[in-house]
Amino acid sequence: MTTYALRDSTTMLRRYLLRARRYPLIGFLVGIPVIMLLLFVYVFGGTLGDGIAAGGGRAAYANYVTPGILLLAIASIAQLTAIGVAQDMTEGIINRFRTMAIFRPSVLTGHVIGNLAQMLLALAVVIGVALLVGFRPNATPVEWLAATGMLTLVSLAVIWFGVACGLTARTVESASNLPMPLILLPFLGSGFVPTDSMPTGVSLAAEYQPFTPVMETIRGLLLGTGIGNSAWLATAWCTALTVLCFFWARSRYNREAAH
Amino acid sequence: MPTPAIEVRGLRKAYGAKTVLAGLDLTVPAGTVYALLGPNGAGKTTTVHILSTLLRADAGQLRVAGHDPAADPDAVRAAIGLTGQFSAVDGYLTARENLALMADLNHLDRREGRRRVTELLARFDLTEAADKPVVTYSGGMRRRLDLAMTLVGDPRVVFLDEPTTGLDPRSRRTMWDSIRELVAGGVTILLTTQYLEEADQLADRVAVLDHGRIVAEGTPAELKRLIPGGHIRLRFAALAELESAARALGPVTRDDDALTLQVPSDGGVRSLREVLDRLDGAAVEVAELTVHTPDLDDVFLTLTGRPDAAALEGANPR
Repeated sequence: MTTYALRDSTTMLRRYLLRARRYPLIGFLVGIPVIMLLLFVYVFGGTLGDGIAAGGGRAAYANYVTPGILLLAIASIAQLTAIGVAQDMTEGIINRFRTMAIFRPSVLTGHVIGNLAQMLLALAVVIGVALLVGFRPNATPVEWLAATGMLTLVSLAVIWFGVACGLTARTVESASNLPMPLILLPFLGSGFVPTDSMPTGVSLAAEYQPFTPVMETIRGLLLGTGIGNSAWLATAWCTALTVLCFFWARSRYNREAAH
Repeated sequence: MPTPAIEVRGLRKAYGAKTVLAGLDLTVPAGTVYALLGPNGAGKTTTVHILSTLLRADAGQLRVAGHDPAADPDAVRAAIGLTGQFSAVDGYLTARENLALMADLNHLDRREGRRRVTELLARFDLTEAADKPVVTYSGGMRRRLDLAMTLVGDPRVVFLDEPTTGLDPRSRRTMWDSIRELVAGGVTILLTTQYLEEADQLADRVAVLDHGRIVAEGTPAELKRLIPGGHIRLRFAALAELESAARALGPVTRDDDALTLQVPSDGGVRSLREVLDRLDGAAVEVAELTVHTPDLDDVFLTLTGRPDAAALEGANPR
């Protein structure tokens, strides 16, 4: 039924948006990152900023921490996606969809595109708040575009990870717990403090995890810090994770059908 | 003879060492209602899930609306509708949105979709609540919406997996009426139920399922004839009358405390007349008379209550 791929995916996206309008997740997606932003800028920022750049203070830290906060927001979409997908899979409605002559992956693409739209909207709001508390990017429109691309890419990877978790979990509760560790990645990377300030073991782990090159790329694009090979690393990480999670999700989805 | 709507030969399904379906045969002629009757774990839902393309069979030849569910699932899906045991509605949406979702997924054009949604809302008495989220609905309303959603695509074969489980008696009657309406419209229905009355009320033919095999199959009337248990119950005003009646009638079951006699009978007019004639002959006054015909409950218990159901296959009227 691939003839209806676009039409059915659009229908499922519309279903997602109807649900999102009634029970918006955007509050959760924006709320926690904004609270963390305020906490880190106004409580820890004065001291931490001096460690980032001598005498930099709060202003320097607002710049430094914003990419980390954005990734924190992105990490939380995995949980929401997993919950949404698991809800569908554990309720009767999935059997209805599976016994209809529709483009089968549309059930998942509705979640993916819907969550991505909500994610990008949430990121725009978080960036807006960051600007208010002292985030001062010096990016050109092209750099903004590239940063948006990077954020989209990493969001997609995280959302597909959430889809796979939602399909793997047997209950909605476990679906909500499975992607939790992702929240730690911005902290165990270069999100809040530079990795070279950490002890060797931790520093190595932080250096080589996927979120660090993403945050370095965004920092470089928006603030003009050095990017180095981070952009390539980040793109490779996100693409690989998306593909991996896509196939993981697909095998879980098709396996369910045969059970 | 026209092609049957559903044809199943030698259907088998096992999960590991556990056999769920042990060689099932059934034929459902188009436009009829066929009931799969059996206790939990008999294999009813598994059968429905295989026929509706949710599960794959391990073995067997299957035809649903002329197509093979394994080889051409989309052709089967385009012809069927399934109302499962668990509510298959989106609780976050309203009834209208749920039905519109089905119209879109059935690829109806906008105008046709809207017409169909309005019609089904009215037919299932949901117009008033149409724009409230489904989470606020009662069990009966949910179930009506569930069936309405199944019908958006105008399916020729409808699977109803325990359509009235958990409903109150009034909602159950409403659901039965909706099912009869469907049949009148030429739809073929395969329904599973644990309620014997439901099969009796709705089905043209019934298969009694136990441990993955059919232990009896036939019309509800044929099944009832398979088992004894019919009797006429007589109640008397005094013990003296009971005594003379018992003498006149021959072999009976008597209960002196309740002042009743049970006379074996097939429930027919002839046997009833014979009993009344004998009572007249003995000039006995009867206070109350009731005729008890065996119902599907008796059939069910007799057929599935025994440890080895296979031993009963000789009683299969086919």
